[in-house]
Amino acid sequence: MTAKEKNFEALFQAKIDQEIKIEAKDWMPDAYRKTLVRQISQHAHSEIVGMLPEGNWITRAPSLRRKIGLLAKVQDEAGHGLYLYSAAETLGTTRGQMMDALNEGKAKYSSIFNYPTITWADIGAVGWLVDGAAILNQVMLTRTSYGPYARAMVRICKEESFHQRQGFDIMMSLCNGTAEQKAMAQDALNRWWWPSLMMFGPSDAESQHSEQSMIWKIKRKSNDTLRQQFVDATVDQAKILGITIPDPDLSWNEEKGHYDFGAIDWDEFWQVVKGNGICNRDRLKARRAAYITNGKWVRDAAIAYAEKKQQRDISKVA
Amino acid sequence: MNKEWPLWEVFIRSKAGLHHQHVGSLHAADSEMALENARDVYTRRQEGVSIWVVQSNSIIASNPEENTSFFDPAEDKIYRHPTFYELPDELKHM
Ligand SMILES: [Fe+2]
Ligand SMILES: [Fe+2]
Repeated sequence: MTAKEKNFEALFQAKIDQEIKIEAKDWMPDAYRKTLVRQISQHAHSEIVGMLPEGNWITRAPSLRRKIGLLAKVQDEAGHGLYLYSAAETLGTTRGQMMDALNEGKAKYSSIFNYPTITWADIGAVGWLVDGAAILNQVMLTRTSYGPYARAMVRICKEESFHQRQGFDIMMSLCNGTAEQKAMAQDALNRWWWPSLMMFGPSDAESQHSEQSMIWKIKRKSNDTLRQQFVDATVDQAKILGITIPDPDLSWNEEKGHYDFGAIDWDEFWQVVKGNGICNRDRLKARRAAYITNGKWVRDAAIAYAEKKQQRDISKVA
Repeated sequence: MNKEWPLWEVFIRSKAGLHHQHVGSLHAADSEMALENARDVYTRRQEGVSIWVVQSNSIIASNPEENTSFFDPAEDKIYRHPTFYELPDELKHM
């Protein structure tokens, strides 16, 4: 590093420490830029891949009311993907590069979306737990140090609040329904609980990117802090539903003022991250079909049409 | 063909009487598609009554690295603010 760069880096960190946002054209260390591109594009991919497990149920929602609610939610997720891709593009990557990385299996997305939605109750559990967990992370990110990312998060958080309620509402109906319906809700909670806790990422001791991200104020709360926040908020919600969180070690710790909970199966987490979850292959197949097989000719045709129209307009003027 | 759709910046007037404000960006093949996509993404909950779209590469931006000299002319002109002028004690508002 040259003396000039060292000076820039000190000024950069001073801005971060003073809570001054970093904007697209400001000087930033390469590693900060790389970390952001990786994190924001992964976040965008999660929004997009996240539409697949829920989209799976749009045509089979049990009523028109449920169908329009779910459809609106899934539409929002597409928008979230767009806001985030745009934020990443301000850092110098392109949409095409990010899409290729996803389609080629080089980019990651949240592992939660590699689990299947096998019953309607899963749609309730996803909204309640998965969106619930995502919201805690995203509320933290509204204060992230990179301006375009923070602004995208503000917009996203405004839209998210209905997602979790929509899911909880589905769970409420099932839990107040027949014994069979309530059993469906319990089964969904049993399957989604642990993967939801894994959404916050490895424990603080294991997390490889966390420390620097906290210094740069990209992140402002550690994985374990957010996970604890989620458990504390969700336990009471499960009580209201009258279903049981599948963790025999879950208990209130008076001294800490938090719930203690059991050990997370990190082997399962890493297996899914490495591509061996139930739906990893299906998800990538669906994304490739959408972007390449079914999507490419549409994008090409739109460009060709736009160019032809422009030519016509030019010759009219001439 | 492997061309990306150009990038557009989106500005929205949230209600009559207010300025258009930058809300984000999107890709679209032409201006018509840019407007329709902007409507579908940025006004799904009636956030706007008017939309502007402009191709991102048409925007000329100031350079943050030259901020000090570029914005320097306004730095020492405190007399452009009302607090520079003292009022007599008996005068409460002006
Ligand atoms: Fe989202
Ligand atoms: Fe959501």
